[in-house]
Amino acid sequence: MGRCAPRTRYEGRPAAPDRIGAIMAYLDHAATTPMLPEAVRAMTDLLAVTGNASALHASGRRARRSVEESRESLAAALGARPSEVVFTGGGTESDNLAVKGLYWARRDADPRRTRILVSPVEHHAVLDAVEWLAEHEGARVEWLPVDAYGRVHPEALREAVVRDPGDVALVTVMWANNEVGTILPVRELAAVAREFEIPMHADAVQAFGQAELDFAASGLDAMTVTGHKVGGPYGVGALLLRREVAPVPLLHGGGQERHVRSGTLDVPAVAAFAVAGTLAAQRREAFAREAGALRDDLVAKVRAAVPDAILNGDPSAAGRLAANAHFSFPGCDGDSLLMLLDARGIECSTGSACTAGVPQPSHVLLAMGTDPLLARGSLRFSLGHTSTQADVDALAGAIGPVAERARSAGLV
Amino acid sequence: MSGGVDSAVAAARAAEAGHDVTGVHLALSANPKSFRTGARGCCTIEDSHDARRAADVIGIPFYVWDLADRFREDVVEDFVAEYEAGRTPNPCLRCNEKIKFAALLDKALALGFDAVCTGHYATIVTAQDGSRELHRASDAAKDQSYVLGVLDERQLAHALFPLGDTLTTKGEIREEAAARGLSVAKKPDSHDICFIADGDTQGFLAKHLGTAEGDILDQDGARLGSHTGAYGFTVGQRKGLRIGTPAADGKPRYVLDISPVDNTVTVGPVDALDVTALTAIRPRWCGTPPVGPGTYTAQLRAHGEDVPVTAEVGEDGELRVRFTGEPVRGVAPGQAVVLYDGTRVVGSATIATTERRTPASATLDAR
Repeated sequence: MGRCAPRTRYEGRPAAPDRIGAIMAYLDHAATTPMLPEAVRAMTDLLAVTGNASALHASGRRARRSVEESRESLAAALGARPSEVVFTGGGTESDNLAVKGLYWARRDADPRRTRILVSPVEHHAVLDAVEWLAEHEGARVEWLPVDAYGRVHPEALREAVVRDPGDVALVTVMWANNEVGTILPVRELAAVAREFEIPMHADAVQAFGQAELDFAASGLDAMTVTGHKVGGPYGVGALLLRREVAPVPLLHGGGQERHVRSGTLDVPAVAAFAVAGTLAAQRREAFAREAGALRDDLVAKVRAAVPDAILNGDPSAAGRLAANAHFSFPGCDGDSLLMLLDARGIECSTGSACTAGVPQPSHVLLAMGTDPLLARGSLRFSLGHTSTQADVDALAGAIGPVAERARSAGLV
Repeated sequence: MSGGVDSAVAAARAAEAGHDVTGVHLALSANPKSFRTGARGCCTIEDSHDARRAADVIGIPFYVWDLADRFREDVVEDFVAEYEAGRTPNPCLRCNEKIKFAALLDKALALGFDAVCTGHYATIVTAQDGSRELHRASDAAKDQSYVLGVLDERQLAHALFPLGDTLTTKGEIREEAAARGLSVAKKPDSHDICFIADGDTQGFLAKHLGTAEGDILDQDGARLGSHTGAYGFTVGQRKGLRIGTPAADGKPRYVLDISPVDNTVTVGPVDALDVTALTAIRPRWCGTPPVGPGTYTAQLRAHGEDVPVTAEVGEDGELRVRFTGEPVRGVAPGQAVVLYDGTRVVGSATIATTERRTPASATLDAR
């Protein structure tokens, strides 16, 4: 019959070595970007130094000094006062603290204030917090309309507010969208909110290091930034808060960070964040220029290889993050595209949240009016401080055959 | 990779054999539960994490592919429709036929893969002439060739079953998994239907088909009792009849027939279950279709014994099977009849009608 002998008892060989291939091009800097060497050094230096920044003795004071120096440099980098910087555990925590904390504070002061005005293109750290408040804390959510680029227009905000300014808890609209890269008119929106004395929060996680962020000039009451998107470490971020803004805390405890965010500070991470943030702000203009040029070349080459690819978001230089490119590929499934590129060592993102590991069509694209099938075939390419022409060329060479194969696999 | 130990070991063996393996977990439910409770159901989010960890340890890429819509249409809805029609479906067969070795295989081939590899216990043998044959697994107790009997030549050409030659108990597969560093070594097998997480098939069907009171009849058409839905019964079933009064001869009664049209269930003595022949529709062949009558053994349910038969495809395309040994009991329309030539799977078809040694009732003929 030609059947080989039954396998004998497994002898226990070691697991196969990691077969993940060489990375040809990392194009997912919007997800996270390599830590700057200066930040690594700052963090490493402090890892061996012991001291709780809240303690009163010399070790504590030394740790405290490090934190305060970090606070000052980060504040300077963001156009804020040091007392306006509240360190947190990252962007998600900052968003949750802003949205929930401001909602609870505003509602406590006046129970009528339960309306939340929010854009539909926010990151899930804002969206899910808002939806949770609606489900459990009596919030009424009003989604502000966005245009085809994902922008909220100031007139739309005004229209929503004037209907009943007294019942609005807060406004939250991001500075720049993490998926399609569109920069939103945050200053103009904040002016509307301020006119009606409604606090406004902006998630500036993606904008930091690319768009010019000046907290004081922005008119915002609260702003989120995080470390690992600007070449700092994971696990640390900040919520910028005007001095008179007192959100209800998420974390109660020792009263650190203006009693807004209790917890022992990760002194090494905070220091590394400050170093990275300072460098990001200093290098912003040059980075925007260089990354922008690479990005424009990437866009041109992708279009040449796949003529029916559609660029999503604001196409103008002023209206879009310099390092971001986002395409929809008609007839293709995003996860097929991703897998085929991954197999060639080209790393990017479908840009959407995953439920159980299965990519969902992007809520951002859907809010912008993109057809759901087209939304499924979308990829985000994002550049960073380590990106080179070679990255762009690797993608340019691969995307044509990859899109063709993905198209033949269809939309199962 | 379901997150179970079989598919994890299969993937590990395939990778070790030198194949370029990518692990894929199928998301088949629109709302997967987070955690699996013991051996019930499959493919919760926890299962997908287990599959991901196994892929990490093996050192292969891992993705989750969403086939929930296709699965709902081709497997779940078919399952409900079959019960509604008074038949007893085997969803695992349908899943292999329509999803794992169809929708999934087609997508994989289009993306540049050569084959789908699973943890099924079955063996593929290359014959002298180069054609691929599907055979039972070495371990008869673990053999799953029955649910793979729906595969045709093309599908077999793109299938890989690394576990088929394992002449071992499940215990040794678990030992191998542990030796390979796979934490799923200790995970319980899932037994029930994967999309009925709590194991309550009746409850699931009741939700989809509702309850409808109907009559339980004897072979002469006399009313013996009532039921709340004909779909709750399978031909050959003895338990759960709830008739109340015993039969005149004191012998246990069995379900002989289910009629969804008038929502009746007919019961009778065990020898009325004896089937001497059956017809089955939509035959599928694992190689070239046989011409003319042939002698085979047939398996009529998963983990059932196989029995000697002769079989032939009629002019109408239907497969006629005659039992050459003892008559067989409890042959349920909707199940598959899988024909074997020794250990080789010849093909399969879906049982449509059965011929009883004694007719089920005076008013019913072979249906």
